[in-house]
Amino acid sequence: MIDGFKNFKFWYVFSPYFWLVLFFFIPLAIILKISLSVSEWGMPPYKKLFSLNEATGSFDLNITFSNYAFIFSDSYYFQSYLNSISLAFTSTLICLIIGYPIAFYVAKSKPKIRNLFLVLLVIPFWTSFLLRVYAWKVLLQGNGLINNILINLNLIDEPLSMMYNHYSVILGVVYTYLPFMILPLYGFLVKFDLRLIEASHDLGVRPIKTFFKIILPLSIPGIIAGSMLVFIPVVGEFVIPELLGGSDKLYFGKMIFDEFFVNRDWPIASALAMSGILFLAIPIMVFQLAYQKYGLKNE
Amino acid sequence: MKEGFLKIQNVSKSFNDIQALKNVSLEIKKSELFSLLGSSGCGKSTLLRIIAGFEKPDSGRIYLDGEDITDLPPYNRPLNIMFQSYALFPHLNVFKNISFGLKEDRLDTNTINQRTDEILKLLELDGLENRKIDELSGGQQQRVALARCLVKKPKLLLLDEPLAALDKKLRIQTQFELVNLQYRLGITFIIVTHDQEEAMSLSDRMAIMQDGNVLQIGNPVEIYEKPNNEYIAKFIGTANIFKLEKNPNNNESYFSPDLNIQIQTKNILDKSQCLIRPEKIKIKKNEIKENTQEINKCFGIVKEVAYLGSYTKYLIQSNNCNFYVFHANNSISEKLNIKWDDEVECSWDHGAIYLL
Repeated sequence: MIDGFKNFKFWYVFSPYFWLVLFFFIPLAIILKISLSVSEWGMPPYKKLFSLNEATGSFDLNITFSNYAFIFSDSYYFQSYLNSISLAFTSTLICLIIGYPIAFYVAKSKPKIRNLFLVLLVIPFWTSFLLRVYAWKVLLQGNGLINNILINLNLIDEPLSMMYNHYSVILGVVYTYLPFMILPLYGFLVKFDLRLIEASHDLGVRPIKTFFKIILPLSIPGIIAGSMLVFIPVVGEFVIPELLGGSDKLYFGKMIFDEFFVNRDWPIASALAMSGILFLAIPIMVFQLAYQKYGLKNE
Repeated sequence: MKEGFLKIQNVSKSFNDIQALKNVSLEIKKSELFSLLGSSGCGKSTLLRIIAGFEKPDSGRIYLDGEDITDLPPYNRPLNIMFQSYALFPHLNVFKNISFGLKEDRLDTNTINQRTDEILKLLELDGLENRKIDELSGGQQQRVALARCLVKKPKLLLLDEPLAALDKKLRIQTQFELVNLQYRLGITFIIVTHDQEEAMSLSDRMAIMQDGNVLQIGNPVEIYEKPNNEYIAKFIGTANIFKLEKNPNNNESYFSPDLNIQIQTKNILDKSQCLIRPEKIKIKKNEIKENTQEINKCFGIVKEVAYLGSYTKYLIQSNNCNFYVFHANNSISEKLNIKWDDEVECSWDHGAIYLL
C-alpha cells in the first residue's frame, strides 16, 4: 500500500519529465545526430555516426560539421532565414495591433459576452487548418470570389493579382495565428485590476494617456506571451507560404522541406533545423530569463 | 459659505433591477470628516463611486463647492479617492506613484518634486522614494495611497474603507493619524466604512445607510444616544429595547410589560418602544429579598458574566425578557461579586430611557 503510494508519487512528480524527454529531447537528439552525419544514397539516406569496419575490425567515426559549414557558406539559406524572421516580425506586429483591442474589449465585457466570444474564437479550429488556408486561395485568386464580385460591380476591369506574393502570405499568417495572440492577451487582461484605471482617471489622467502610462506597461507580460506564440511558429511556417506564397520570397520552413523531401538530403535539412533553433530559441530563452529576473523590477 | 460644501440631491441608482440608492440627499460641510456607515450592500460604496464619477446616477445632482459636477468625468473632478485596495501602480516606485497625478497639472518639474517631497515628509515616507510597491508593508502602502491623493490638494478626499486592510493595532494608531492629518490640512474627508467603532471615533458627523436609504445623519453622540429607529440602535453599540404599552387605567401614562418602566406624557405617543443603553443601567446584588414594584427598577437573574477588563458585561433575565448591563470597573476596591444565577437589582435614571 505504502509502496504503491510511493510509486504513484514518483510518477506524479516525474511524468512531466518523462514526456519531455520522450517527445522533446529524444527527437531533438535524433535531429542533432542526423545533422552531424554524412549523407549517402540509401535508406536512411545518411551514414551511421559509428560503424564497425568489417575489413579492419576498427570503429569508424563519421561525424562531420560540413553540413553546417555548407549552409553557413551559402547566403541563399541565410536569406531565407531572414525572410522568415521578417515575415514573423511583421505578422506578429499586425496580430498584436489587431488582437490587443479585441482582447481588451472582451476581457472588460460581461461574462456572458466573454464566453460567447471565446467560443467564436475557437470555432475556426474545428475546421482543418489546411482547408482554412485553401479557402483564402478561393477568395483571393484571379477568378476567385473577391475579383468576381469587383468585376461584376464594374469597379475593376481586370482581376487584381492578390495571390502568390509576400502580402498574401502575411494575410494568411495573420488570419491563422491571430487567436494565438488574442487568447494569452485575454487571459492576462481579464485579471487586470480595473481600480488602477479608475485611480489613474481620478488623479486627473485622461483615458488615452492612462492607456499608455498604466494599461500598456502592465500588459507587457501578456504581450510577450502572445508574441512568442505567434513569432516562433511563424518562423518555421511552411504550409502558408507554400499555399499562398509565390516565388518572390523563399522561407526557412520551405527550405527545410525541400532539403528533406526534394533533395532527400536529411543531414543538410537537420543542420538547417538545428541552426534555426540555435538562432531563434536561444536568444528568446535568454530574453525570457532576463525579463523574469530584471524586467519586472526595472521600469 | 460653510453649509453644503458637497450637496447630494435626490440621487438614485439601480444595477439590473437592484436599487442601490433610493433618492439619497446629503449635505456635507467644508473641512468636515464625514462617514458613510452601513453593512455591506447598503449602497455606501455606490454613493462614493458616484461622487468620484465612476458611476453615473440615474437621477439627481451632485454639487461640489457650488459647482454641478454630476456630468464631469472623473479626471476633471477636483477630488480624489483612496481605494480600499489602494490601487497603487505596481510598475512605478513610491515617488512616481505619488507624483503621477501632479504631472497632469502642468506644473514644472521643480514644483512637482518639491510638492512630492513635502508630502513624503508629511506622511513619514521619506527614504522610501525608490521602493517598489510590493516592497512596502501594508501600513506604508496605505500612506503612499493617501499621499498620492493629498499631493493633488483635492477639495474633497474620498476614502473607501481606508483602514480595513490593516491589522488591529495599526488600525487604531492610523485612525488617530488620519484625524490629525485631516484637522491639519482642513480637507473635507468622506470615509466609507462598515466598522461602527471606526466611524464613531473618526467622524465629525456620520450617515447611517441601509438598503440604499440614509436612515440618520448626525454626530456620533446623537447617533448613539438618539437613534432614529431600532435598526440604528442595534447597529451602533449594544441596545436593550423594550416594548411600550398604554396604561389601561391612565391615558397619559405608558408602561413596559417587560420591565417597570413608566412614562408620563401629555402628548399621545407614536412610539411603541424604548431604548436603554446597557452602561446606563446600575446593577447590584439583591441581598434583601424585597420585591416592591418600584419605578425604574427591576429584579433579575444573571445569565451570563463576561469580564472584559475595563468593564464587565452581564446578561440579565427579568420576567420574560433579557437585557445587557455593562458595569464599568472603576475601582479595584469595589467588589460586586456577582456570579452566574445570582439575583440582582437593576435600576436606571428616568433620563436613560429613550423613546424609539
